[in-house]
Amino acid sequence: MGLTLQAEAIIDGAAAGPVLRLAEPISFWGGVDPLSGKIIQPTHPDCGVSIAGKVLVLPGTIGSSSSSAIMLELIREGMAPAAIILSKADAILALGAVVAGELELPMLPVLRCDIDAFETGQWAEIAEGGIIRLGEAD
Amino acid sequence: MVLHLTEIERAWATDDASAGRAMAMRIVTRAAEFLGAENLIKITSAHIDSCLYHGDGGVYFAEKLVEGGAGIMVPATLNAGALDLGNPGVIAADAHYRDMARRQMDAYLVLGCQPTWTCAPYQAGHRPALGAQVAWGESNAIAFVNSVLGARSERYGDFLDICCAVTGCAPDVGLHRTENRRARLVLDVSDLSPALCRLDAFYPVLGAILGREAGDLVGVITGLPSDISEDRLKALGAAAASTGAVGLFHVAGVTPEAATVSDALQGHEPEATINVTVEMVRAARDGLGAGIGDQLDCIALGSPHFSEPETRELARLAADETFRVPVYVCTGRHVIDAIAADGLKEILEARGVIFVIDTCVVVTPILKDISGVLMTNSGKFAHYAKPNTGYTPVFGSLADCVKSAVVGHVVREEAIWA
Repeated sequence: MGLTLQAEAIIDGAAAGPVLRLAEPISFWGGVDPLSGKIIQPTHPDCGVSIAGKVLVLPGTIGSSSSSAIMLELIREGMAPAAIILSKADAILALGAVVAGELELPMLPVLRCDIDAFETGQWAEIAEGGIIRLGEAD
Repeated sequence: MVLHLTEIERAWATDDASAGRAMAMRIVTRAAEFLGAENLIKITSAHIDSCLYHGDGGVYFAEKLVEGGAGIMVPATLNAGALDLGNPGVIAADAHYRDMARRQMDAYLVLGCQPTWTCAPYQAGHRPALGAQVAWGESNAIAFVNSVLGARSERYGDFLDICCAVTGCAPDVGLHRTENRRARLVLDVSDLSPALCRLDAFYPVLGAILGREAGDLVGVITGLPSDISEDRLKALGAAAASTGAVGLFHVAGVTPEAATVSDALQGHEPEATINVTVEMVRAARDGLGAGIGDQLDCIALGSPHFSEPETRELARLAADETFRVPVYVCTGRHVIDAIAADGLKEILEARGVIFVIDTCVVVTPILKDISGVLMTNSGKFAHYAKPNTGYTPVFGSLADCVKSAVVGHVVREEAIWA
């Protein structure tokens, strides 16, 4: 049985992909390589994991205001997550996606909701209006 | 929450005659919507982090503003870029990188921003007044302008900072509003020894603790000496903004919104109080970087950009010694002009200092190799050294850095951390 959640759509849209729930907050600048989509911060528990194509669940973002620019580069390089789920509204990552839209690049859904139900490995489908359908974990 | 725009603000967002400003207005209003703002406020200055090259997207964005006829409506300083404009050979990058980084920097000059190229604009003459509403980018600069100067800026990301400067307005949320500037966390350092609290290297370590404990909460630190220098507050804020999402901190008896702990708390009870112990301080120091044995390949100073007093202190500590490893000092033109005038720049260069101007060693490729051990007195350099340069960091005081550079391996004064 899956679970359906209603999230607040910061940037609305549809997407699907495997859930990657990060164990700790991350700064995209210095934390994610925009060319490979991999987490490169050596002290991060998910270091080495790729965020490309994932429904990325973030327990918060930290650090540099350059993370918007890394978000834009991830989109340009085709290495962006399929969607981002935030526990708390944050202008920094969503801004990178908004700017991608202004440059006529694809945008990705950015949603805000309680992230307790998300586990890495679940399949998530996101429909317009902030509706998230979560499958069982593998 | 519904965002209410004035007629002018609405008109600007669709004004085809000023396409650059229209794009900026759309971005500001989108940000305001998803931050839950009810309206926009007028700002009086901006500090722009968007000028740093992270990839071609940032260049196309800036050039689209320029092509659309945009210009800034409030004074704006520029953060460090990806090039040392006076010494381009110091950057180990290909022609595409140099070309695009240069195009990006040039676009911001066309928009009307000042060529300060520093992450410490507050030490280069850009000092908004207490209570001024501003839109600043660059995490350390945001922490400083809010905490030390008492001006009001939310944490602006790349792109939004310049869009605020181009429209002269910002979403009325977060740290722009008095109620959100209240401290919720108390960090009490009264149990630490006065000697530790007088050590320069204590401040980035305390910042690292604040960032980890506070996350995005506002904290007030109590128990620090009342005569802390601006450079120490700068180091504290930079570390806190690297390890956490700290945009504002208070220091009781020191920063302008915290004459007392109670003032910082705006009369409320704190949600948590943390008594900082010497064990926490040692663990945080080691967390910033313990190196690999005593291996040393270079020293990196100046994140945030070294001030003139910090540069003079480096010269005092170096005395007549010559460095055995490269000592990179990252700083801005505001400092270089002053130390070139009285010959100090030349003296330090003769000792083995390499000045990195307009940029720094963790934002653009400057270091010779792709791995090694980098010693620093900066919590921010320590935090970003490994992912951005491949170097393993080792953290120490400025005096430790100088002694290590002279002998060619890492030496640190341990007794004071006990």
